[in-house]
Amino acid sequence: MPRFLRADGAHRRIEGWPLVFTILTVLAILVGTLVEFAPIFLVHGAVEPLATLRPWTPLELAGRDLYIREGCNNCHSQMVRPFQDEVARYGPVSTAGETAYETPFLWGSKRTGPDLARVGGKYPDLWHVRHMEDPRSTSPQSIMPAYAHLLTDPLDIDDLPARLRANRAIGVPYTDAEIEGAVALARAQADSVAARVREAGGPDQLADREIVAMVAYLQRLGRDARAAVDTARTAAGPVAVAH
Amino acid sequence: MADPIPAPPAAAPASRVAADEGRSRFEVFTYDDRIESGFVLATVLWGFVGMLVGALIALQLPFPEANIGPYLTFGRLRPLHTNAVIFAFAGNGIFAAIYYSTQRLCKARMFSDVMSKVHFWGWQSIIVAAAITLPLGITTSKEYAELEWPIDIAIAVVWVVFAVNFFGTLWRRREKHMYVALWFYIATIVTVAVLHIGNSLEYPISLTKSYPIYRGVQDALVQWWYGHNAVAFFLTTPFLGLMYYFLPKAAERPVFSYRLSIVHFWSLVFLYIWAGPHHLQYTAVPEWAATLGMVFSVMLWMPSWGGMINGLFTLRGAWHKLRDSVVLKMFVVGITFYGMATFEGPLLSIKSVNALSHYTDWTIGHVHSGALGWNGFMIFGMIYWLLPRLWRTPLWSERLANVHFWIGTVGILLYVLAMYTSGITQGLMLRAFDGAGRRCTPDFVETVEQIRPMYWVRLVGGTMYLSGVVMLMVNMYMTIRRAPKQLPDPAVAIPRTGGLALVPAFAS
Repeated sequence: MPRFLRADGAHRRIEGWPLVFTILTVLAILVGTLVEFAPIFLVHGAVEPLATLRPWTPLELAGRDLYIREGCNNCHSQMVRPFQDEVARYGPVSTAGETAYETPFLWGSKRTGPDLARVGGKYPDLWHVRHMEDPRSTSPQSIMPAYAHLLTDPLDIDDLPARLRANRAIGVPYTDAEIEGAVALARAQADSVAARVREAGGPDQLADREIVAMVAYLQRLGRDARAAVDTARTAAGPVAVAH
Repeated sequence: MADPIPAPPAAAPASRVAADEGRSRFEVFTYDDRIESGFVLATVLWGFVGMLVGALIALQLPFPEANIGPYLTFGRLRPLHTNAVIFAFAGNGIFAAIYYSTQRLCKARMFSDVMSKVHFWGWQSIIVAAAITLPLGITTSKEYAELEWPIDIAIAVVWVVFAVNFFGTLWRRREKHMYVALWFYIATIVTVAVLHIGNSLEYPISLTKSYPIYRGVQDALVQWWYGHNAVAFFLTTPFLGLMYYFLPKAAERPVFSYRLSIVHFWSLVFLYIWAGPHHLQYTAVPEWAATLGMVFSVMLWMPSWGGMINGLFTLRGAWHKLRDSVVLKMFVVGITFYGMATFEGPLLSIKSVNALSHYTDWTIGHVHSGALGWNGFMIFGMIYWLLPRLWRTPLWSERLANVHFWIGTVGILLYVLAMYTSGITQGLMLRAFDGAGRRCTPDFVETVEQIRPMYWVRLVGGTMYLSGVVMLMVNMYMTIRRAPKQLPDPAVAIPRTGGLALVPAFAS
């Protein structure tokens, strides 16, 4: 080794051959790349979707894209880690299988605000409407920005078929019926969200606003995972008491 | 830079013959300093813009009323800040370092002046496109890769132009041996291309919206293979190249060890790629991937400190020069922060440490000690060294430059110490259980209330750092104002016979 490194050694010669040097550098960076990617890409079934996992509904996908647009992932994670305090605070630990239909992944890398992986069903729809309009109306100490424009800006769902088609091309199992009926499905779900908000005493006329999509998306987070946990619990039978 | 060989004094006809003879024995060419000046100006301008956005988002956290929706909310501005400081500030700084040092290390002008200009203006246009699209919410959400696919294509095209220009210069070089800085530039250029293309593969549905071709766990692994190696090959390797050129120049000392440079170059380039999954500890990625990320990150400490040692030991026998040189002050503190950040990084990669630190401000503190300390200060040192040389006039105020150094250093310390405090506080609060098995902090928002004062301290630190950049801008403006009107490119004369056989100045 020492002779290789001498001022008249073999490495010195490579330092005079830029092409060889470049090729060696490329090889050096490809090793780690291939080792870490090969199993997850080449092994069929490396990432199996949860049995209970369903793709996002068209309205939920629209809401997810709003979440991305507003940059919510910059402050909120969606990844419950296998720690006692996280399970107690958020719910069941996040699994690979439940994120199999997510493109892009939204696991996040910072919790300026709480994790949202299990927020679905935790609050009523009206709470989310109020919270987006003014976070401090539901959580006085919150530092989250207000997103009042979500209640006034019209929801654009005309390109939903294109969005579903793109997701299908990437491997999310949308059916032809879902793609063709995407706009109608979204409108129907939007109407039901808006109705629930109205009945709870919230603002009227939200069915064609962006807020219903955002609410639909947030209310879906963690549902499929909880369903998987419940299914497993039911199958396992009563929990044995440790002696 | 050498002056053209003067003609020997003699009677008129004989002197002309002698001058012609002299000129035919030498190859005379010039270095392109105009492009260099452009990159220096762009670096400082975008540094100011990117850090100003940083100060605004730092204000928005403890003072949410500063979110001016819908375009100027934290969620939309944070990617603008990261893209501006990484690709606009550090990016132009890297190009300034590469264009200046490569020409001189190769003893050759850049391969193509046209490509230099396409690279420069192409890159600035990309930054403007980012500044427009990100506040509009046109984003992929993937960190440091938020720009949508049309801009991704532009980045790839400009990067290829840059690569051809750089490798073309290597091809045309008169100095046969490649100095260590050039190895780091090669690693930067090829790896950034691979990472960018790999992570930007997307399925577009319109000019402003696309979906990554990867899903779930695959997308996470690809994203952090990219994200961590953006740090490695955009924020580390080109800056090590910068260090290897500008530090020995400024200190007028040889680099400490040739052998160390070989060993740490190859181990750095090989190990760094594996470290990506340390961003995904205890997430849904397979455990073997996370463990590999941890182990290789810990190993990465060594080649990183190899770079630090080679840099700092270069100043053996020259430490007294720091007193009178703001350039050396910047470089020494920069390299020291590099050492601290590359110790902290492996530490944070260890699963048990990461269990506390992940998702907290400790990560933010870590990033900013590296970014403000290493990247920022190395760029400032380089610019203070370049300003008198590019504009052929002394720096307007050494004193102001020194104030910049001190206010910047104190700013960094306030920033990172505030973030360590808030990160560790929040991490400990969230995981605490009392004797009866109940969570001590049932509401997440209680941790936010606790750490809010630290957000104000961080704002103060960051604003101090930004004010240092303003001082640099003032100094730069006043220096350039005094520059001579004519700034011809520096000329070099190389003897035609035999060529140069430069031995790099290494101590061992």
